[in-house]
Amino acid sequence: MSEALPNFEGLLREALAPVEPPEDLALRLESTLQSITEMAADELQEWELSAMRDPRNWVRPAAALVAGGGAGVALVLLRARHRSNTSSGGFGGAREAAERTARDLGRETRKLLGDR
Amino acid sequence: MDEAEQKSGKSGNPGKSGKSDEPSRQKPKAQLDAEFSDLYRAHLRDVYSYAYYRVGNHHDAEDLTEQTFLQAYRHFERAQRESRGRPLRPWLIRIAHNLAANLYRDRARKPATPIDESTTLVAPHTTEQLVEGREELARVLSGVRRLPEDRREALIMRFALGMDNREIARALGRSDGATKVLIHRAVKQLEGIVDE
Repeated sequence: MSEALPNFEGLLREALAPVEPPEDLALRLESTLQSITEMAADELQEWELSAMRDPRNWVRPAAALVAGGGAGVALVLLRARHRSNTSSGGFGGAREAAERTARDLGRETRKLLGDR
Repeated sequence: MDEAEQKSGKSGNPGKSGKSDEPSRQKPKAQLDAEFSDLYRAHLRDVYSYAYYRVGNHHDAEDLTEQTFLQAYRHFERAQRESRGRPLRPWLIRIAHNLAANLYRDRARKPATPIDESTTLVAPHTTEQLVEGREELARVLSGVRRLPEDRREALIMRFALGMDNREIARALGRSDGATKVLIHRAVKQLEGIVDE
């Protein structure tokens, strides 16, 4: 039985010859894949544009702006307060303290905005 | 092609190339599409041959082939990443295998289109034209149809598609050893059927 195997395998290979796909199948498939690719690209572009037209999609950027702004203000105040605490002048009058605070605020704001 | 060659991507076959050796980087869409196009051209005949011998007629084989490549397209990037340069043909054949199983299952549920497995497999198909005048080959083909599904599939992969044991094992989700035994038993059983 095992000696006959190579012959039998040859027979099997002949019986199960590869089958060529019809030509129109290849064309049809290529055109389907092409249209899927184009549709996906169009949809993505359309989605990005329409997403920013919808006010519901403005919430996240607006929230990010508010949160970032709040953190910035807090940082400015914190630094200004730190400077006023470490300055040697002590209690040199309300006017002087207010002027110094205003100067510090201006300086820290410029730093945060990138004017370094 | 040995494992090392597969991993280094030295094969000229696009489906077997090592272009996916960089799993962490995402490829541009155009490059992915071009690579899929290469894969499709390289393996259209394999998938169609498998589908044809599996379902037994050209109409369903065309549908199955089309569905296989559409499904493959959807998951191509991930398959490339996870294959780490190994050939993608077993993955394609596995998709076709699963879709064929779904096809039979769906049709078995719908009495309006009563095509059960045995009906399809005894239906005449044009492969018989290829073996016209060769009674022996016709007997072999008829014997293949009578084999259990897993043995029949293994023989189709080995002899119609020329897949090696490792590829067949990956397509069937078995170990290399189990696949070798499966093919050996399939050939033996078929010999017995043909000699009857």
